[in-house]
Amino acid sequence: MVTDTPADTTPDTAVEERLRELAGSVPDPELPMLTLAELGVVRGVRRTGAAAVEVELTPTYTGCPAVESMAEDIERVLRERGGMAEVRVRRVLAPAWTTDDITPEGRRKLAEAGIAPPRTTRPSGPVPVTLSTRRAGPAAPETDLRCPHCGSAETELLSPFSSTACKALRRCTTCREPFDHFKELT
Amino acid sequence: MSAAPDPATVDPAAAAGALALGDDALVLSHRLAEWTGHAPVLEEEVALANIALDLLGQARTLLSLVGDEDELAFLREERAFRNVQLVEQPNGDFAQTIARQLYFSVYQELLYGQLAAGGEAAPLAPLAAKAVKEVAYHRDHAEQWTLRLGDGTETSHARMRAGLDALWRYTGELFRPVEGLAVDWAGLEAAWLETVGGVLERATLTLPEGPRATGWSAGGGREGVHTEPFGRMLAEMQHLHRSHPGASW
Repeated sequence: MVTDTPADTTPDTAVEERLRELAGSVPDPELPMLTLAELGVVRGVRRTGAAAVEVELTPTYTGCPAVESMAEDIERVLRERGGMAEVRVRRVLAPAWTTDDITPEGRRKLAEAGIAPPRTTRPSGPVPVTLSTRRAGPAAPETDLRCPHCGSAETELLSPFSSTACKALRRCTTCREPFDHFKELT
Repeated sequence: MSAAPDPATVDPAAAAGALALGDDALVLSHRLAEWTGHAPVLEEEVALANIALDLLGQARTLLSLVGDEDELAFLREERAFRNVQLVEQPNGDFAQTIARQLYFSVYQELLYGQLAAGGEAAPLAPLAAKAVKEVAYHRDHAEQWTLRLGDGTETSHARMRAGLDALWRYTGELFRPVEGLAVDWAGLEAAWLETVGGVLERATLTLPEGPRATGWSAGGGREGVHTEPFGRMLAEMQHLHRSHPGASW
């Protein structure tokens, strides 16, 4: 019998889900406290054969040098732990990544590591039901920028560019400590 | 890792547009990287290197639409580069670098904005939509420094003024239509003059006078005609690759 879908490429949701988890579990090379899933850069994981998989990866910044080592790490983990013989990582640009793609867990981990997370401009995850009438404007940040050391909201910008393309350098005017801020890209 | 789409599938007109914009980004990236180790303060060292890195990322994506990015960057002769002459101008002092940044980042932000609005089917739209957000930070950086230097001391004002004047004649070329790019060039120029003029006014400066789009102004970069300092820049940028063909580490 001839079928359009050969038996060995039948989509296996459980396997694909496992591969997605493995690819997403790779730590970011420059921010190792975050996984790629928490950073929101793994766009899709699709099996293209019994032991072949294609991963779509989007860069945070066009020139981010970490993208190449992310791709290598994904290839390695899917070969070694995912049992895939053929792994293809494809770089995709559209739709452009934004800092709103960082998960709430990712934000928590950034703050814990002393990096102020980016402010969100749209709610990520489920929107809580609230009786409050307070509404943010369309592009207004929904969260505050706070010093990751003392929690003060009184901070100042030292430079919009810092140790990596995605960060700005700020200083807390309350505790006087400088800190990195994962700057908004929306 | 592969970048989509494949150069073979990009139509020749779009490839010509990608080459022009890719060369702009590559050449300016190299010029900015020359500041590494020489910037006036550590924060600027980091800022200029970050801006250079963003531009290099844009250049790699754009040149990959045309062919092999390394061959295009390192093995082409001067006359084959299609960048505007503005980006190849030497850094000068810090104020002149900021003047170049202001002129170029305002242009690039408006240009990418138009290309991004062209719809996802346009070959350059995904890159433009992504890069326009990065360039907004470059423009803000140039704007903040223009305000600080222009509205600063007598010396900083004079230097900012001199930097703006020195590069003015290279700005007319920015608005000459480029094959393969669906852009409203007249609208782009009007918006550029308004934005740059607004920043300069706030910085207690004015738009320079003098020719910028006449027979006596500069231009020709898009046709491969470049100014004398560009050859020396290319010699430095390409010599390692040319001296060790095929080397890897």
